[in-house]
Amino acid sequence: MEEGFFATFLIVLAFACIIIAGKTYDQVMGFHTTIGALFAAVGAFIIFKNYFNDGGIAIPQEIEGKPNYNLGPIKFGAWAAVFWGVAGFTVGLIIALQLAYPVLNFDLPYTNFGRLRPLHTSAVIFAFGGNVLLATSFYVVQRTSRARMPGRIAPWFVILGYNAFIVIAGTGYLFGATQSKEYAEPEWYADLWLTIVWVVYLLVFLGTLWKRKEPHIYVANWFYLAFIVTIAMLHIVNNLTIPVSVFGTKSYIVWSGVQDAMVQWWYGHNAVGFFLTAGFLAIMYYFIPKRAERPVYSYRLSIIHFWALIFLYIWAGPHHLHYTALPQWASTLGATFSIMLWMPSWGGMINGLMTLSGAWDKLRTDPVLRMMVVSVAFYGMSTFEGPLMSLRSVNSLSHYTDWTIGHVHSGALGWVGYVSFGALYCLIPWLWNKKQVYSLKLVNWHFWISTIGIVLYITAMWVSGIMQGLMWRAYDQLGFLEYSFIETVEAMHPFYVIRALGGVLFVAGSLIMAYNLIMTVRRGEAAEIEAAPSGAVAPAE
Amino acid sequence: MSLWKKHEIFETKSLVLLIGILVVVAIGGLVEIAPLFYLKSTIEKVEGMRPYTPLELAGRNVYIREGCYLCHSQMIRPMRDEMERYGHFSLAAESMYDHPFQWGSKRTGPDLARVGGKYSDEWHRGHLVDPRSVVPESIMPGYPFLAETRATDRDIADHLKTNVVVGVPYTPEQIENARADMHAQANPESDDVDAFLERYPNAVIRDFDGNPGTVSEMDALIAYLQMLGTLVDFSIYDDKANLR
Repeated sequence: MEEGFFATFLIVLAFACIIIAGKTYDQVMGFHTTIGALFAAVGAFIIFKNYFNDGGIAIPQEIEGKPNYNLGPIKFGAWAAVFWGVAGFTVGLIIALQLAYPVLNFDLPYTNFGRLRPLHTSAVIFAFGGNVLLATSFYVVQRTSRARMPGRIAPWFVILGYNAFIVIAGTGYLFGATQSKEYAEPEWYADLWLTIVWVVYLLVFLGTLWKRKEPHIYVANWFYLAFIVTIAMLHIVNNLTIPVSVFGTKSYIVWSGVQDAMVQWWYGHNAVGFFLTAGFLAIMYYFIPKRAERPVYSYRLSIIHFWALIFLYIWAGPHHLHYTALPQWASTLGATFSIMLWMPSWGGMINGLMTLSGAWDKLRTDPVLRMMVVSVAFYGMSTFEGPLMSLRSVNSLSHYTDWTIGHVHSGALGWVGYVSFGALYCLIPWLWNKKQVYSLKLVNWHFWISTIGIVLYITAMWVSGIMQGLMWRAYDQLGFLEYSFIETVEAMHPFYVIRALGGVLFVAGSLIMAYNLIMTVRRGEAAEIEAAPSGAVAPAE
Repeated sequence: MSLWKKHEIFETKSLVLLIGILVVVAIGGLVEIAPLFYLKSTIEKVEGMRPYTPLELAGRNVYIREGCYLCHSQMIRPMRDEMERYGHFSLAAESMYDHPFQWGSKRTGPDLARVGGKYSDEWHRGHLVDPRSVVPESIMPGYPFLAETRATDRDIADHLKTNVVVGVPYTPEQIENARADMHAQANPESDDVDAFLERYPNAVIRDFDGNPGTVSEMDALIAYLQMLGTLVDFSIYDDKANLR
């Protein structure tokens, strides 16, 4: 039944792709439909092959009284995250170097900054972050529900389909297919595909909750669910678009001008709020208690944290549009809610940090836990800086400068990066039944090298951002603008070099991680029975 | 304490939780986005705004494709230094035909909202091919391939049609003649120039890329850059009439 449904869908898709590939004048469309046809056909073939090999016998839900968790898609997602992480950080380093040394653009279409920058942001947010979220959510929801994910094809469809989306999106940017909406650059056909994948993701997630053996839905799953549902809403509204032709990549968004700006930043800020925050808070709520072997600090705080965070976050978008042609009431509303957002953000941070009560000594001995705790500290720092930057007066200086870039990276590298690394260092040994990662010493190296990298990165951006903002508005004694624009660009150079150096360190750290994780699987010491204690994390009360 | 107990319904019923989340996250967006479509003060009343000519639209699509918006904003804020550097602050009306908007979020390079007419076509050509030939300290990538690539004109009428679907007021005549108009704007010698000017009053007709033979992406992009911010005549625009 399930096999039939997915196989039919993929075959229809493959034919549709072949027809479009045959008729299109658009080379990018031709390339993407060819890939699409290939992926869909291979997918259908594998479904058939497996079905005829085992005759579609039902997979046991339990083995010896223990849930028979579906770990395959999680393993794939974890490695995809490692791969895309290293790739995305490296592209980030390349574009950082391009800003310091423009000759590195090579004057070619496929290597210029404008095309590589979306490749970097999508690779780190959606490819790295997305695979971390898919892998951990599948793991956490099964564990805390004590049930196997439903479906034998659906979970694989989600994880492989999502990565196919990444390939389509990334190659699209390089060949010039983009909607130009930041963090929503993929064109209409990629968006449609992602929508289908996402609906199946929601169903798999909900289906696991419906099969659960625990009376309560664990708090991490609330955050995952909010992430899945809200991202679906944001994605659909922000990407409402009319293609010029089904045989071409180009489309025109239905929103225009000021309304489009509002919709875009409603989306953009909540890509941060729900993709990079809610989803990763779910990771915090599962992996930190697990690793520290302590219950979550306060169950009630997590209830308040959850509802306040998701209610307030969605309002914050228009603080990206202070002093623009967006009516002031809207941007003021955005700033007001951004200030209020401070409370749930720090409530969540406190809940994460205080989970270590009675286990603080572990920070000294366990670099993985340290990484996750530092990530929560970075979360606290960037959610303090964010509301500050959302104020009109501060924003008038910070907007359009590198300060914003620095702010994003303190959240992205420090919070999202570190909590993901921590989760991967936990997850890979658990998935392969190993006692521990291959080398805690290397984790320690990763931690310190990356931390120095982050510090170099964000301090360089603070200085260059504030300096450039001040130079733009500087007047000389006669009342003329003191600096031409290009003088402010020149002044950035040393900071762009320092930033790139920070990037080198961060990439180096991620390579150490990749090596360490590969060695964990190949050489790690086998766990005696089961690496991760089974069952849900007990709430505090 | 009973309140905590009541929360249990969200913790035990996944669909209740799902609906609760949907309601809670829908409110903010509705309050902030919906009024922008019916509050009349959102978009100012101005004279002079017209849809992009086919060549400008093609140029705008090059601008989007190359990711120019990642380093150049098109949104001048009402601050003394910005208005002295770039000109009158940007109006919402000036991007009313923009699908999508190109306000940008970062100024690695200067704002371009009013770059139109500031530099010569020749300067733009030199700058786009090799930015450091005209601005030695520039960190902009070079785009020499634009001059060597023909602008896609085959389906330009379909682009105009799609714009009509999303609300841009192109006339049937403009759609019908889109391809001819695209060539006419880059070729002052063309016979179609008068008809083109009737359809797009005050549009600039020049051989933008200095290569009369073909309509290149360089033609299109420079045509777009040269019209940016030039449509509204601010000598007759009344700021106070549009206070909001």
